[in-house]
Amino acid sequence: MNLYEYEGRLLFKKYGIPVSDSGLASSPKEAKEVAERINPPYVVKAQVLVGGRGRAGGIRFAKTPEEVEEAARRILGMTIRGVKVKKVLVAEKVDIEQELYVSFIINRGSRTIDLLVSPLGGTDIEEIVKERAESLLRQEIDPLLGLQEFMVRKAFKHMGLSKQLYGDFKVLVSSLYRLFVEYDCELAEINPLALTKDDELVAIDSKIIVDDNSLYRHPDLLELRKERVRSKSELERKAELYGLSYVELEGYIGILGNGAGLTMATMDLVSYYGGKPANFLDIGGGATRERVEKALSILLENNKVKVVFINILGGITRCDEVARGIISALEKYGAKPVVVRMIGTREEEGKRILENEGIHVLDSMEEAARIAVELAKG
Amino acid sequence: MAVLVDKSTRLLVQGITGREGSFHTKLMLDYGTKIVAGVTPGKGGSSVHGIPVYDSVEEALVEHPEVNTSIVFVPARFASDAVLEAIDAGIELVVVITEHIPVHETLRFVRYARYKGARIMGPNTPGVISPGLAKVGIMPEKVFKKGKIGLISRSGTLTYEIAYAISKAGLGVSTSIGIGGDPVVGLDFIEAAKLFLEDDETSALVVIGEIGGDAEERFASFLAKGGFDKPVVAFIAGKTAPPGRRMGHAGAIISAGRGTAVEKIKALKNAGVRIAETPSQVPQILFKVLKYLR
Repeated sequence: MNLYEYEGRLLFKKYGIPVSDSGLASSPKEAKEVAERINPPYVVKAQVLVGGRGRAGGIRFAKTPEEVEEAARRILGMTIRGVKVKKVLVAEKVDIEQELYVSFIINRGSRTIDLLVSPLGGTDIEEIVKERAESLLRQEIDPLLGLQEFMVRKAFKHMGLSKQLYGDFKVLVSSLYRLFVEYDCELAEINPLALTKDDELVAIDSKIIVDDNSLYRHPDLLELRKERVRSKSELERKAELYGLSYVELEGYIGILGNGAGLTMATMDLVSYYGGKPANFLDIGGGATRERVEKALSILLENNKVKVVFINILGGITRCDEVARGIISALEKYGAKPVVVRMIGTREEEGKRILENEGIHVLDSMEEAARIAVELAKG
Repeated sequence: MAVLVDKSTRLLVQGITGREGSFHTKLMLDYGTKIVAGVTPGKGGSSVHGIPVYDSVEEALVEHPEVNTSIVFVPARFASDAVLEAIDAGIELVVVITEHIPVHETLRFVRYARYKGARIMGPNTPGVISPGLAKVGIMPEKVFKKGKIGLISRSGTLTYEIAYAISKAGLGVSTSIGIGGDPVVGLDFIEAAKLFLEDDETSALVVIGEIGGDAEERFASFLAKGGFDKPVVAFIAGKTAPPGRRMGHAGAIISAGRGTAVEKIKALKNAGVRIAETPSQVPQILFKVLKYLR
């Protein structure tokens, strides 16, 4: 789960990481009211989960609450990389001497938690790292031992900050590590971390990604997630309610598979034969007839879907259960052309159920994909 | 020969009394896997399909010191504890079937395993099968025929699909290893490939990857260093996956433009790996490289 900047700032505050004064607004008027509580000058930032908002015009500066209102009016409702801006953050614009970078991230390769620091932070961090790789210091933390002080000292030295800042830096880095572990993060990033003209360290932006598998132990985040679900498409919400992995795409061939890898490979194959997949929908392992029925109902209700391609390779998933689910979904939600490829556990039974209803079942995934593409074009 | 599991495997099933644990215990027994004991805390003294159940791994090992492998079906919230218990008891290979384990817990038990000299497979893996010898997992055995191809995969059903294509073409598998669909896993492509390199009965490798992370890229740079003299064929799923969306597996997400299928395919190609565009192309390419070997 990706957190918005303002959500990350709340976590920073909770862990004692200094952040600039700020407030959230969903209308220009609200933005002005927020500004009246904060010292000028201001910065108004679009709250979206995609990068590049600065370049897209999603960040504006203002000197007065009236200017904040105007800035918010321009930003709210704009679209950044396909995402509509619904909220802005109004923050005190900090007088920045230097922009730094600090983050913790899970390193899949070494299976460690890595501390990354750079004295060259800011929005262009990725290009900076490409051009000046030595500016980024990466230290691998043993997840059983945790962050050690010698690592903090090394990071501090790399930053080249004046010595009297060490205490503040140590507290900040240690707090961010605690947040990272306690909130089950995959990434916790402060970029930029500002060194102000008054020699203070202040977090200016946050980027936090929390492990979805750990959300059950973070009731505060589960609440936020509920709101996220509301912003999805109706069918995506329905899928989430059913506990199905469903992602909508641009095409017109509905895809239903068991297992993430196979479902992705099915999408790829449709595209290989010149078709366009309308979605990713994984019913998972061992799906019951009810689960299959619910899953298929989503594709039958999606108007963009012209043909449904069901690809099942039964292991713990039983073909007869899937077949029964297909039949009842087609009865309840209205028929669309369906191409079924089904092999594995209880394959004969599954085939018999479908063929009794006039649905031909194929053995070959390639052949089924070709037929689905032809049907959709025909 | 085969790698990781064979006739010498003596298996412990953790979470044996649960629905999945009990169901797959039966299937593994039917396949001929030597299961000697099961563990479910609080259920000690009972039995499942004739296999004695113990309250703890330690107690099971007192009665069955020959146990060398464990398979974990314990639900996500308690799985980490079960894995640590198995490592602590000195079991060499722990196969973690459970999905949805918090990633920080995986980080810790994978690390602990390294210190204790144990090997972790998974989490979120279908397990491992050496056709004709032993099955320690949940895969449908029917699609796996005995042969000389080593299989390594991040996925479940896609592995079965490709194993099925390989079998249909008249080839077979020495061992099929599921490394798991989570972002952090124990055994990875590189370590699994090294096992196959040592195995005389494995003449070629099939690697099944997917979008997200950099496991395939790391494997490619390992191959590029040289010294791996068995041919490798790869299939990468997720060419049509959009960025920023999780495609089922926790590990399958393209973030900030990294971990795309295109990048992975490019890295693998540069390392001399032959790429299959569709599952059924895998055996076709295998025929070419094996013929060339002969």
